[in-house]
Amino acid sequence: MQDFSQEFITAMRLILTGDANLWEIVLLSLQVSIMAVLIAAIIGLPVGAALAVGRFPGRRGLIVLLNALMGLPPVVVGLLVYLALSRSGPLGVLELLYTPTAMIIAQVILVTPIIAALTRQTVQTLDAEYSEQLRSLGVSRLGSVPTLLWDGRVALLTALLAGFGRAIAEVGAVIIVGGNINHVSRVMTTSIALETSKGNLALALALGSILICIAVLVTAGLSLLGSRTSVQEMHHA
Amino acid sequence: MRDLGADTLFAGQLVAEGLQLQRNGKRLLDIPRLELTGPGPTLILGPNGAGKSLLLRCLHGLIRPDAGTIRQDGQVLNAGHRAGQAMVFQTPVLLRRSVAGNLDYVLRRRGLNRAARRDRIAALLDEGGLTGKDRQAARSLSGGEAQRLAILRALATDPRILFLDEPTSALDPAATKAIEAMVLRAASRGTRIIMVSHDIGQARRLGHDIVLMQAGGIAEQGLAALFFETPATRVARQFLTGELLV
Repeated sequence: MQDFSQEFITAMRLILTGDANLWEIVLLSLQVSIMAVLIAAIIGLPVGAALAVGRFPGRRGLIVLLNALMGLPPVVVGLLVYLALSRSGPLGVLELLYTPTAMIIAQVILVTPIIAALTRQTVQTLDAEYSEQLRSLGVSRLGSVPTLLWDGRVALLTALLAGFGRAIAEVGAVIIVGGNINHVSRVMTTSIALETSKGNLALALALGSILICIAVLVTAGLSLLGSRTSVQEMHHA
Repeated sequence: MRDLGADTLFAGQLVAEGLQLQRNGKRLLDIPRLELTGPGPTLILGPNGAGKSLLLRCLHGLIRPDAGTIRQDGQVLNAGHRAGQAMVFQTPVLLRRSVAGNLDYVLRRRGLNRAARRDRIAALLDEGGLTGKDRQAARSLSGGEAQRLAILRALATDPRILFLDEPTSALDPAATKAIEAMVLRAASRGTRIIMVSHDIGQARRLGHDIVLMQAGGIAEQGLAALFFETPATRVARQFLTGELLV
């Protein structure tokens, strides 16, 4: 017990003294996950909006598929990206395996369905409310998309935060395609797994503490946005 | 069909012919001919399920009827006509923006520059008694204020025809009075008002001419004064005496 206390004290010291190795890992984690969420948003927002307002054959099937993809097993995604990027794979020539870019690709695949599905749900709910009014104001179906996205901004920000939460806490896919290489592709989750197995609990605890702080901040942000939306709806009722 | 006082030609005349709408095998609208050619306001009355709101949506082009033609000022209703129409719904649909933001949305679409939009928004807020609430979240307005904003947003399009679908059905007398005053001012400025209501008192206060609907058809149509004093049909007499029409 005393050993764990000592490890925890060391962990706090690593955080507070700005340990270069620790913060390099934290920074890379944030860079990879933020980049992945941005790319996933660029893809997921329009795809979700198109599924919400578009009317075309197969739409219902695509919505079911999108919802199902929200539960993609990260290790399987990691395996597929690994196969695609490995030297003998179709994208092997790009030499991206074991780089942060490969980790971003894996996270984009995991996060895009979440953002797209939540966007579809948000925009479709708003569209049901706005549709007649916007048509009355002369706004076309396609032209209504920016309005719906803007007016659903609080819920969509929630979707982005949910995507970020999934990305930053993910370990299975990034450890396969990133390789957990020191100073290259080591992120918080993979480092915690590695350092724990090596018995370096201080670094693992320090990274775990920061990861928990990030997760709490994201959850708090989600709750705050949710309560703001509820208050607005209450006022309207 | 009684005289509608349409000796003078007014802009925004609507004529529907052979209008039919059917859903799930049930005929919801069956109107051989309807002329809305007077200056208005026209009040469309009738019991629930008579087809009043459906008729309004057809006239505004939100619902395509299964059969029939709608003409505005002699021409088949087209996108150009619809751009000159606006509609306010029973439950106001306000964008998740500020009060001014809701008006700015429409004015921006019309291509007004920033200064013109600012002046117009100030004038509209004054018209609706919402001055000072421009930065307030639209969805935090009271029911009456929200409906006034919805009407102001419709008026911001400078519509030739303004459709109103029971805009005061959920409001108290004070809020209703404010909205009726807005409607009459819009009518006096030349906007053709076509309004659905189930309130006979409101029809007496606002209506120039009345359309009484029942079971998807037109039961009676005529000038308000004649309609209320000497209703020509049994259905109209029953409606005015408060008998339950089904």
